Amino acid sequence: MTLRGIDLSVSRGGIAVLEGVNFALSPGAALVLRGPNGSGKTTLLRTVAGLQPPLAGRVERDGEEIAYAAHADGLKAMLSVSENLSFWASVFGTDNIAPALRAFDLEPLSDRLAGTLSAGQKRRLGLARLMVTGRAIWVLDEPTVSLDAASVELFAAAVRTHLGQGGSALIATHIDLGLDADVLDVTPYRAVWRASDPDEAFL
Amino acid sequence: MIALLTRDLRLGVRAGGGFGLGLAFFLIVTVLVPFSIGPESALLARIAPGILWLGALLACLLSLDRILTLDWEDGSLDLLATAPLPMEGIVSIKALAHWITTGLPLVLVAPALGVLLNLPGPGYLWVTVSLLLGTPALSVIGTFGAALTVGIKRGGLLLSLLVLPLYVPTLIFGAEVARRGAAGLEVVTPLTLLAGITFGVIALLPFASAAVLRINLR
Repeated sequence: MTLRGIDLSVSRGGIAVLEGVNFALSPGAALVLRGPNGSGKTTLLRTVAGLQPPLAGRVERDGEEIAYAAHADGLKAMLSVSENLSFWASVFGTDNIAPALRAFDLEPLSDRLAGTLSAGQKRRLGLARLMVTGRAIWVLDEPTVSLDAASVELFAAAVRTHLGQGGSALIATHIDLGLDADVLDVTPYRAVWRASDPDEAFL
Repeated sequence: MIALLTRDLRLGVRAGGGFGLGLAFFLIVTVLVPFSIGPESALLARIAPGILWLGALLACLLSLDRILTLDWEDGSLDLLATAPLPMEGIVSIKALAHWITTGLPLVLVAPALGVLLNLPGPGYLWVTVSLLLGTPALSVIGTFGAALTVGIKRGGLLLSLLVLPLYVPTLIFGAEVARRGAAGLEVVTPLTLLAGITFGVIALLPFASAAVLRINLR
């Protein structure tokens, strides 16, 4: 199914950050989000993932198709690499973690506690989680932070495989992943600041 | 759901999981009470049910902010929210895991600690029964408080203030069951009310917890 954002406005802390964003992401395609820090890329991705409602406009999606990966990897330091991955696999109703371990070169680490991994290794584990979700649309927020060049290449390969299987990816990133992807620069959509809309939950 | 429960239990008993925290606090309170009250065994026997209940309640309160804060800090909560689990299910499992790692051990050690407080003979049964029936309510209400304060840095104080008034009915009826039981009196009325509160909060509060959690994750 195609993921669409239609005339989408998103807000952070009750203040609009992006207005009138339109995009479409069809199966097999990738869309790269660009824009300076604080321009609202994360907020847009959280809205697309369904974690917060849009201020205006709508997102056309099937919520059961989206796998979201944020800045934080959601790893438990006291669980081993394979325990972390198996947990997410069973939450998403799949059980085969071996391809994900292999794709991100985590096999030698599978019995290590996640708390003892380096930042880049944790990131690889966080990204490997996407593969065990079995979901078609990957929504990724700065996936390459703390990855070295070789790991970025592993990640790009994983994304290409995913796209080849009819999946799609919406990626906020600053580096060139070597993907055949459309680019959406959010800078023109930045909202003009005005007195805050009363969107706070308990006002 | 089962995966989430086993993960939480596994995390609870591994290093730093806070499994022993409530238990140790309960032990300390009940060991220290006879020292501060004095060795008068008739007085200790009279206050024993209340002390056991108060100790269990405070021990439970101590571990509440771990229920959701840890998952929020490392981003798991965002990822769980986008997973195919209903939010109501997630908070119910969280409450159940908290009860198994905190409430259940308290129930199991309470009779042993009753000895230290010279708890009268029939009291052992009723302290255990009332705690068994009352502590699930403490975990479920606590999860609601944790959902309200998730995302607030060091929200422990606010959490305690929010949750304590909600704990009062459970404390009153739970301690009343234990007190009447220990004195050999009829316990049906407070026991029924205690059970009513517990089943009521188990049925209703997960919906409230899920709703506030969704708002707090925005």
